[in-house]
Amino acid sequence: MLRTFLKIFLPAVTGAVVVAIWFGVNAGLSSDRRFLLPSPTAVLNAFIEHRATLAHAAWNTSQGALLGFGLAIAVSALTSYLLSLSPLVRSSLYPFLMALQLTPLPILAPICVIWVGAGLKSVALLTFVIAFFPLVVNTTQGLISTDRNLVELFGLYRASRWNQFMHLRVPAALPYFFTGLRIAATLAPIGAVVADMNAGSSAGDGGGLGFQAVIFSSQAKYPALFATAAATCILGFIFNAVVLALAWFALHHWHDSYERTDK
Amino acid sequence: MSAPPIVEFRAVAKRFGEGPLVLDGVSFGAQRGDFVSIIGPSGCGKSTLLRLLAGLSPITAGELRVEGRTPEAAATDIAFVFQEPTLLPWLNVAHNVEIPQKLRGVPATERSATSHRVLDLVRLGEKARAYPRQLSGGQKMRVSIARALALAPKILLLDEPFGALDEMTRERLNEELLAIRQQEAWTAFFVTHSVAEAVFLSNRILVMSANPGRLHTEIAVPLPYPRTLETRLSPAFHELVARTSRLLRSVADGAA
Repeated sequence: MLRTFLKIFLPAVTGAVVVAIWFGVNAGLSSDRRFLLPSPTAVLNAFIEHRATLAHAAWNTSQGALLGFGLAIAVSALTSYLLSLSPLVRSSLYPFLMALQLTPLPILAPICVIWVGAGLKSVALLTFVIAFFPLVVNTTQGLISTDRNLVELFGLYRASRWNQFMHLRVPAALPYFFTGLRIAATLAPIGAVVADMNAGSSAGDGGGLGFQAVIFSSQAKYPALFATAAATCILGFIFNAVVLALAWFALHHWHDSYERTDK
Repeated sequence: MSAPPIVEFRAVAKRFGEGPLVLDGVSFGAQRGDFVSIIGPSGCGKSTLLRLLAGLSPITAGELRVEGRTPEAAATDIAFVFQEPTLLPWLNVAHNVEIPQKLRGVPATERSATSHRVLDLVRLGEKARAYPRQLSGGQKMRVSIARALALAPKILLLDEPFGALDEMTRERLNEELLAIRQQEAWTAFFVTHSVAEAVFLSNRILVMSANPGRLHTEIAVPLPYPRTLETRLSPAFHELVARTSRLLRSVADGAA
């Protein structure tokens, strides 16, 4: 009871303190420098004023992020399976997967634009690139970390390779997969926004939050710029909440990480 | 005179790769319904013996017959209970018990009938929907035994199944195991470090010596079944435990 109360109360207190400091800093700035940190009310007003624009941009960004995220899940599942087959496959593929991850998005962006044109396709492709690596690394690790005793048990049952994969390796890899998914869910919205700034297009009203941030910035609409930042945060929170919920559904029955320690 | 043995070792030897002999010249036969315990100093190849029987590893020399067939061919008649419960943490108790049948393509209705039956045998019917992490060590081991029984084996191999449990739980599970055997007539091979456990459970004890693993002595345990707490308290039981312990000590010292 007290715990439940504190779980809601303490974050609320933190939020209130942050907003209070924010008001204080804003009030302390001289009026000609106040644009550096618009007050919370100014940001809120900008959010309300531009809500239609922001919602539309958020929707466009979500599309790119979801497409790229979904593509990353599908391709990483297949790749992880291949990588789990042998250490030889892993050592011959990992360096190139690393190379993909180590190339910064702003450099990949123009390349993507040359290939598939600016806009949704590029945003989705770049989001895919950034979300793919944590997924493939974690899922592969899960597929090759199966408890040796359980592998021996399946050997005793003369289980086929396919059955061993479906009934043993895949469920055993789920916690690892969800660890990767949680990292990917944090990266995907950020990736989509950065991709949008570098490879987005406003053609056919297709601009996303990244594009909108560039526009507000160039128009010196700073409260609106802060409101755009808030919108990207909200989008990121939604992504993470959905993934956390999925992980909970898949794991809470059996996985130790969901064991209640306050019995 | 007697029926052909259900399991027969004839001068069986085993080495892994180019390593030294782990087992050498092991010969014995087990009759249907025997409860054979195998004890000996560590490194005497007790566990290897079970693994050969289960067909998990091939023999190097000699002959090993299970109902007149190779262990590989007899695989469906043999169940194995490991030292660890080896339950799948993401499946509930009933589904864990059903997994061997599921892997063999047995239909769901038949599987659930089996899991009901064997879970009742180990007195865990009420825990069918619980997950392994919610069970105690003894309960997990009982699920592991139920899973082995789900295949209706003719031969049950147990590799120190109760080694990690406390004394009370271990004695209780010993009694339960014998009670189940009265209903399900399998032949048992039981590896253990505990002389008292071996005497309580078996009608035959194989004492092995190490380097290489050889059959040293066979001890017959003439105590009548069913065995209960009274059996543990009887002078005959204590006398057998003392004799076996002394023998085991001399075997271990001889090897050292």
